[in-house]
Amino acid sequence: MTERSGPARVPVSVDVNGVSVSRQVEPRSLLVDFLREDLGLTGTKVSCELQVCGVCTVLVDGRPVSSCTFLTADADGADVTTVEGLSDGQTLHPLQESFVENFALQCGFCTPGFLMMSKALLDGDDVPDREAIVEHLEGNICRCTGYEPIVEAVEQVAERLRGGVHG
Amino acid sequence: MGENVVGRSVRRPDLIEKVTGAAEYCVDVTMPGMAHAKVVRSDRAHARITGIDVAAALAGPGVVAVVTADDISALYARFGHIVSDHWILATGKVRYYGEPVAIVVAETVAAAADAVELVRVSYADLPSVMDIDAALADAAPLVHEQSYDATGDESFKNLSHVDDPAEEALSNVAHEVTVGWGDVDAAFAEAAVVVENTVHFPMLYAYAMEPYNAVASYHEGALTVVSTAQHPYMVRDDLARVFSLPLSRVRVTSPYLGGGYGSKSYTKVEPLASVASWVTGRPVKLTLTVEESIYTTRVDSARIWVKSGFAADGTILAREFDIVMDSGAYADNSPLVMAKSVNRCFGPYRVPHLRAHGRSVYTNTSPASSYRGFGAPQGNLAGETNLDQAAERLGISGADIRRRNLVRKGEEILPGKRGIDADIPADLEMVVESLERDRKDVPYYGIGFGCSASDAGAYPISTAQVRIQADGSVLVLSGSTEMGQGSRSLLAQVAAEELGVDLSVVKVVQSDTSVTPYERTTGASRTSTLVGLALQRACADARSRLRDMAAELYSCAAGDVRDLPGGVAGPDGRELDFGAVVRQWFGGSAGEVTGVGLLRRDGATQQMPPFWEVGMVGVAVEIDPETGVVAVDQLVTVADVGFAINPRAVEGQDLGAATQGLGSALHEELVYDGPQLANANVVDYRVPRMKDLPRKIDLMIAERRDGVGPYGAKGAGEGTLNPIGGAVAAAVARATGRWPDRLPLTPERVWRLINGRTS
Repeated sequence: MTERSGPARVPVSVDVNGVSVSRQVEPRSLLVDFLREDLGLTGTKVSCELQVCGVCTVLVDGRPVSSCTFLTADADGADVTTVEGLSDGQTLHPLQESFVENFALQCGFCTPGFLMMSKALLDGDDVPDREAIVEHLEGNICRCTGYEPIVEAVEQVAERLRGGVHG
Repeated sequence: MGENVVGRSVRRPDLIEKVTGAAEYCVDVTMPGMAHAKVVRSDRAHARITGIDVAAALAGPGVVAVVTADDISALYARFGHIVSDHWILATGKVRYYGEPVAIVVAETVAAAADAVELVRVSYADLPSVMDIDAALADAAPLVHEQSYDATGDESFKNLSHVDDPAEEALSNVAHEVTVGWGDVDAAFAEAAVVVENTVHFPMLYAYAMEPYNAVASYHEGALTVVSTAQHPYMVRDDLARVFSLPLSRVRVTSPYLGGGYGSKSYTKVEPLASVASWVTGRPVKLTLTVEESIYTTRVDSARIWVKSGFAADGTILAREFDIVMDSGAYADNSPLVMAKSVNRCFGPYRVPHLRAHGRSVYTNTSPASSYRGFGAPQGNLAGETNLDQAAERLGISGADIRRRNLVRKGEEILPGKRGIDADIPADLEMVVESLERDRKDVPYYGIGFGCSASDAGAYPISTAQVRIQADGSVLVLSGSTEMGQGSRSLLAQVAAEELGVDLSVVKVVQSDTSVTPYERTTGASRTSTLVGLALQRACADARSRLRDMAAELYSCAAGDVRDLPGGVAGPDGRELDFGAVVRQWFGGSAGEVTGVGLLRRDGATQQMPPFWEVGMVGVAVEIDPETGVVAVDQLVTVADVGFAINPRAVEGQDLGAATQGLGSALHEELVYDGPQLANANVVDYRVPRMKDLPRKIDLMIAERRDGVGPYGAKGAGEGTLNPIGGAVAAAVARATGRWPDRLPLTPERVWRLINGRTS
């Protein structure tokens, strides 16, 4: 019957928000549980657990992933950025500032996912227009705001980026 | 007038915590030594439990305990604030697929989940009633073979039209309400036009994105619970009854909620976590999945028959409604939802003769309870589509039939209740003007609008405290829960305004039954109005105490001390700020002063309801005839809030509520397929996404200072949802030429409407 020694563990080394972390994790460990429970980074939230609501989005090597269905072991050697890594601790990231300024959140549960997804878009080569923003954020659900303030918040940051490029 | 802090779209301090990831939600809360729970759930709709074998699960790695109904039989193992019919764990039989049968407690979530699979429950199937027709049929199997004592909830008696819940023969009717006046039959006989129709309102899920969760610790005769409860005080009452504890020994705290929308009203998972802790002696955390949350609480679906008689000029002569709601296996708050639906179905119109009858019906489906709008969306769909169909028959516009019948300010729509405290005809003109201005002349285009008035605010029992600190900063304490709607920011604005202090020195603390003062509920759009009033009184009380203390310091009469912003002035013009008054009165540079504000049914809030929440919306739709996909071309709303304490926050509530309404109008419906739901997940239960955004959004605010709340304010947050369904149905009818009789208007249904007309 079952051995009481517990499941096997695999070693994982990741860079989370600029801090290197090495841990032994269960093979089935999900990235979101690793972040929330092992590292105490509870800013990342979970909702649908089916990769369709976008709440748990974090960046792995700059690419947005649903951490609810991403194995911690697959992040081995990667750079992971969560909502806690957006601000430098002194001033808010322009996206965070714009979300607050535009009332782009209410309950805030979906917000870390929207912020990380938006960051991935704005970190890209092209400054997105409204259509590109809506297309990019289609996979993130918000039940409070009705979305328009979120679009406006991201648009404003994009416009400032565009201004920076040309000015 | 002349306010400085209220009436401005100030930045919400809670939003800053939320964008950094620092905000604490219940799901983030841990307790030392905490174990984790997972729930064993029924896999059939209606069955007798013949045995539960927990041996294999108990032997699983890391398993601490498996709790079944037998383990908690010494407790009062039921809850429910109106009818305590809701068993914490299925006892004797299961009444719906997904009902909790046992709780596995283990060292980790994964270990608990593994062991859930090892619990063997044996059943003997019973015939089930899966919908209202089956439940109401002669000799239908009973969902409950016993009746339960009502808890005597005072507010429910006041809000419902039932004088005494009379004992009747057992049936599947959980609750029945009738309201009416005049001679309906005689009025129908005289009517020039009589219009009759039946509508079906879908079974919905609120989908607050944070699923229900709680962490509970029962220790030495005291219970501490942190949960996702909108109404921590109501949950405390249920838990105190379960464990026979004094209220003072039950502490319920609600941190930031990841959405509520009414779906986190009243007791949900708190008893499960609490009994698991009581059995194991350890703090226990229980977090549901979205699927489990859907099986915990959904929205009442409804079938509504409506008949209205009109004079030839469109004047309403009489209306009759019959509402049947599928309330699922347990009553929860459905009796109140039904009572409200009956009050709200006929609309803010002059109705000389009315008969409205509603039944809340038990079925072997997941339990229904509160949802934003409280029965209004269901009833309004019937009443408003009936009115628009009558306008068609009478050859007048949808706007004109409403202009003819809408009540004016001060008129009563429910006899003996507060008269309407809003200029609803003016709100209607704002919507019609905006919609018509951008009307497009293209095929398959239609506009629709809808009006509603909800008896809002619930029962007026609110308290608030302000604590003036030795440095002049201010703590505001309220039992009202911040679930996204913005009360934490709004209450700070009210306190800053009343005390004349800077917003940055005000901190609001909410929803901890052992710390913050009593608040009955956070629902029915009540916080701005009722907590706002209690807070104004608390600020006045604090000022009065500070004047008394200053009078001692000045050695003058209290009446000679004047109020200043953030301080006081003595008779000789000497000024002291609040902090100086506190420090000097106590000496030793310390101390604080507490102001208390109490609100009950008295004075301005004597007459029920405390205020009316108006819903006034318009939509324009453009339909793709090939696919039946409905695009929302225009969304127009009016927030008739009296005074907007934070205008951007009001707009946010309105767009959010309207968007949820568009979801149920166009996409959302839970579908039962046999004993279980076919779509208990966010893939198949589709909620609005960013690409569904209306092309034009016009959010207007009507501020006429006509509410009983602070500065003339009234509540917001539900109104805009209530009439959306009817407005969309009317717009689709005008675009397709055929009237739908149900929501949501999915592409298939709309395609069929179009196809039926053209074939």
